[in-house]
Amino acid sequence: MLNTYEIMETIRMLEEEKLDIRTVTMGISLSDCADGDGKKAREKIYNKIIKYAGDLVKTAEEIEVKYDIPIINKRISVTPISLVAAASDDPNYVEFAKTLDKAAKEVGVDFIGGFSALVHKGMTEADKKLIESIPEALAQTERVCSSVNIGTTRAGLNMDAVARMGKVVKKCAELTADNGGVAASKLVVFANAPEDNPFMAGAFHGVGEGECMINVGISGPGAVKAALTKVKGEPFDVVAETIKKTAFKITRMGQLVAKEASEKLGVTAGIVDLSLAPTPAVGDSVARILEEMGVEVAGAHGTTAALALLNDAVKKGGVMASSHVGGLSGAFIPVSEDAGMIEAVEKGALSLEKLEAMTAVCSVGLDMIAVPGKTTADTISAIIADEAAIGMVNHKTTAVRVIPVPGKDVGEEVVYGGLFGRAPIMKVSNFSSSEFIARGGRIPAPLQSLKN
Amino acid sequence: MRAIISVIGVDQRGIIAEVSTLLADEKVNILDINQTILNEYFTMTMLVDLEGLEIPLEDLKKELKEKGEKLGVSIKLQHEDIFRSMHRI
Repeated sequence: MLNTYEIMETIRMLEEEKLDIRTVTMGISLSDCADGDGKKAREKIYNKIIKYAGDLVKTAEEIEVKYDIPIINKRISVTPISLVAAASDDPNYVEFAKTLDKAAKEVGVDFIGGFSALVHKGMTEADKKLIESIPEALAQTERVCSSVNIGTTRAGLNMDAVARMGKVVKKCAELTADNGGVAASKLVVFANAPEDNPFMAGAFHGVGEGECMINVGISGPGAVKAALTKVKGEPFDVVAETIKKTAFKITRMGQLVAKEASEKLGVTAGIVDLSLAPTPAVGDSVARILEEMGVEVAGAHGTTAALALLNDAVKKGGVMASSHVGGLSGAFIPVSEDAGMIEAVEKGALSLEKLEAMTAVCSVGLDMIAVPGKTTADTISAIIADEAAIGMVNHKTTAVRVIPVPGKDVGEEVVYGGLFGRAPIMKVSNFSSSEFIARGGRIPAPLQSLKN
Repeated sequence: MRAIISVIGVDQRGIIAEVSTLLADEKVNILDINQTILNEYFTMTMLVDLEGLEIPLEDLKKELKEKGEKLGVSIKLQHEDIFRSMHRI
């Protein structure tokens, strides 16, 4: 039999250190739902989602009971809607978003992702329609999430799309001004977007994926932090080893859930995403891990190095624990969803510039950051371009999810509640990037794309 | 299915008796049992076989939870695979 210490360690991780499964996400291909008649296409989409995901929530709840593991969210990702809707002659795709929302509510999932377009090299007419539809689609739905991939290491950066996305983010916030611009929190602008990501708002079911797959995202910053408190003052070699061991254990739990969920649902097991995903709850913070390593507050000098070590050790520990690792797999640093990050911003220790540097060594990017409502679309586009450049050059995923909160400025905060938390408004540069964004065209793929 | 039942709390007379009576009533077979004092807390772990269980798992968990509340201890039941997958390669 297992010994008492091992059993107690697992129970402590689950109860005191907030270890949980962040999400079980079912990816569903909608490529066979395309139809010249938009209404018929939407019918097919709705029926297919109900058919595959009808038992998703119930199955996840059974697993929760069997192992006593909280599964915080149940989600669905679908084929990028710009591809599915392209055959229809609808003038815009808002109705498609409403269909996704209706299906999500019917099966009881928390979010549905895939109101998306992949435009890293160019935009089809359908891509343009989808992008223009995003603000209304997100303002008029509750659970739909949207993402747009504007660059890859292979293709370079589509700066026409970058320019458009700045305006789209602004419009999203403006249409939901009464709720702190919340629609912008459901939109991610990616470079090198992964096709099997279970995390929102950026999940979509990529074109290389199967008919239906289960992807699992783990959590567990609290467990890593607790493990590190036991090695206070020890050299970094010990720190890295400790994180690896903890990440292994956390990931094994994710692997168990992924296997069980896919077997019960009769669906292919996709990947386990190794990301350490924080929540606003006390004791579930990535910033606190960095502080445990010895920086006084997240954002102080040394933070980037600490994060690089954390990100790498989590992967090394997790990779052996799972048959297939994928998605984003790294430490997340969303500001509003991490109590330690919020505090660091409020103390003046963490700036947008430091966060940008941190994104060069971890997943995933500038995430859940509230900026002043008066920030221009061009400035947001320029923030997207900077972040995408880091992704493109470093062969990694980067993303931007910023919220220009209408009517708010530096010194104020916006409260979303739940997993989205609260965010102090962060300062952006007051100097203009308009001429830079107005150029348009493409930034060529870097030399490191030529690997063949 | 085999599961681990863990009981943690302040030590008192009759904890093992109360829990094992409940399990016997629900036709749960105890395969192994371990008891120790860990960080000043009474800590008991049981490996049980749920083959004979005739009520839904959720109901058994509820009964155990209520029994725990009565005794002033925390009682949990979890499939053994969660521990096995974490601690055994």
